[in-house]
Amino acid sequence: MRKEAVLSGRHFMMGNIACAEGALAAGCRFAAGYPITPATEVAERLAERLPVVGGTFLQMEDEIASIAAVIGASWGGLKAMTATSGPGISLMLENIGFALGTETPCVIVNVMRGGPTTGIPSVELQGDVVQPRRGSHGDYQIIALAPSSVQESFDYTVEAFNLAERFRTPVFVLSDAFLGHMREELVIPEEENISIVNRRVFPPEQTGETLPGFLDEDVAPMPVFGRGHKAHVTSSCHDAYGRRNVIDAGALDVFIKKLNDKIAKHRDEIVRVTTDAGGAEVVLVSYGSVFRCAQAAVEAGRAEGLPLGWVKLGTLWPFPDREIEAAARRANHLIVLENNLGQLFPYVQAAAAGRCSVSFLPPRVLGELHEIEDILKAVRGVRA
Amino acid sequence: MSGMAFEHPLAKYIRPSAIVTANCPGCGNGILAQSILGAIQELGLSLDDFVFVSGIGCAAWIPSPHFFADVLHTTHGRPIAFGIGIKVALPHKRVMVISGDGDLTAIGGNHLIHAARRNIEMTVICVNNGIYGMTGGQLAPTTPLGLTTVTTPFGNVENPFDICELVKGAGASFVARWTTYHPRQILRTAKKAIQKKGFAFVEVLSQCPVEFGRKTGMGTAVQMLQWYKKSSVPLARAQGMSPEDLRDKIVVGEFVNVEKPELMETLAAMRAKAMSAT
Repeated sequence: MRKEAVLSGRHFMMGNIACAEGALAAGCRFAAGYPITPATEVAERLAERLPVVGGTFLQMEDEIASIAAVIGASWGGLKAMTATSGPGISLMLENIGFALGTETPCVIVNVMRGGPTTGIPSVELQGDVVQPRRGSHGDYQIIALAPSSVQESFDYTVEAFNLAERFRTPVFVLSDAFLGHMREELVIPEEENISIVNRRVFPPEQTGETLPGFLDEDVAPMPVFGRGHKAHVTSSCHDAYGRRNVIDAGALDVFIKKLNDKIAKHRDEIVRVTTDAGGAEVVLVSYGSVFRCAQAAVEAGRAEGLPLGWVKLGTLWPFPDREIEAAARRANHLIVLENNLGQLFPYVQAAAAGRCSVSFLPPRVLGELHEIEDILKAVRGVRA
Repeated sequence: MSGMAFEHPLAKYIRPSAIVTANCPGCGNGILAQSILGAIQELGLSLDDFVFVSGIGCAAWIPSPHFFADVLHTTHGRPIAFGIGIKVALPHKRVMVISGDGDLTAIGGNHLIHAARRNIEMTVICVNNGIYGMTGGQLAPTTPLGLTTVTTPFGNVENPFDICELVKGAGASFVARWTTYHPRQILRTAKKAIQKKGFAFVEVLSQCPVEFGRKTGMGTAVQMLQWYKKSSVPLARAQGMSPEDLRDKIVVGEFVNVEKPELMETLAAMRAKAMSAT
């Protein structure tokens, strides 16, 4: 095994391993986790690789402790992550809310499996795509990325760390059992060609009493621990200096809105949507592993003369509403493909706002891939 | 003395913007805060040498916001787990968790025993008031048998934890118990706990006159301190007493003080091994 942090070169690699390598390339030096199928390879790879580059992987007593340790390490100045699957995310949600409220950069990888509840660990389902947005209590904005290939498992994990550092917030990578265990070509660029973002930190000599370290729509500098900043960090409602205020609804109003606006104001910097839909009458909207089916269906449909295109949502949150609206203006029909019962479908409908028809197509059997012929049948159906 | 400014010798450790306390009249938090800060002062340490971590509950509000240091006020029950990440990131800083019995032994019990098992260098001060104070006097895993609380209106029928036995069994390097009747002993023990290379746990029984004393009938702050005085038995004396004689007593002292491999050291050794492996 090579010992450098960035394994530049061509690889034939599993999605979960690519995700771990993306984290290392982004500068992650702390990871904590708890074994869970189908995400375990991420932890195993990090356990093997992190100590070699001076980092640490800890297997914690549960997922709650895992995300807590990740947040603690981030306040200690390290880039940190955890990887789990749906049941683990369900346990982590309170502390993910803590990371949101205290503006803690960290990355959470969810290799989604078939749920609800224990479900089937080794079958993929896009069952947790709204969970990051609304799973923790209260009102907030989150960032979630959805890779659709092994290459993107690497690229989007790097991007997730960059966004976490840029916006001081937890960022989700929503992979799935199919993608996590799929092997494909991965090209890791030379280290100097990977763009890395590091958090803005407090200047020396400033303390939490003299400089605001929270609640800035344009992201306050972080009073990282251990440097004499005497930071007061609480997930209770607080002001820009981190001073707790648990009696004043006006303070809560500012607390919620500033955190919300920090993401909402910068959504154009975050949202990534790719399209191949020039002049297409019917456009397939998808994300993650299902995009691979959509892409194949568009190729097959075009070969038989169908006016087909695709929109791929690389970012699920903040929701790419403007991009969907633009697609809805140009197309006659949007068909939303998801491997679930239609979790993002209502969001697409709302964004399309009646500008064209929007329909939904799950795979024939949840947890299996969409059949190309089923997709083309749906396309012919909406055109009829 | 009127007109003369007098500054408390520990005032330098208090966050300037945190001059108002939320503690109830008679609360034990102040006694404990003074003992902890006194220990830090006597050791000649700066608060910049520490990161304080606390959970949810009245005891968690001792460092947050009052200590003028890096303070992470976390979710309920999880401060030790957060503290582990901080310690890994900042191995040369001293991580001190100050939280309550409900936080550390009920909702957070799993993290407590696993941190003790790992023997990570960390000082954990468990403020045991025997009740959920902040939420209004509900049963805790430390509430004595038979006492009436607002969620045990017919008396507590569950056995309370012996927290020190629990942490000792889990593998901590240092385990001690005092009460707020023993501020000087707390200070001396805290000095040892802070310097311990390993997991150091100090339980402090602390009076909550408003939610414990009033609702269980155990009385005022003064009555509760007198209860601590009357019931406390030093470890050396307790060792010669029968379980029958020790019933309803509070055994105080230092129960464990041993040297054993500490997690930051074993992690560093593992890293060195990983780096040198071919």
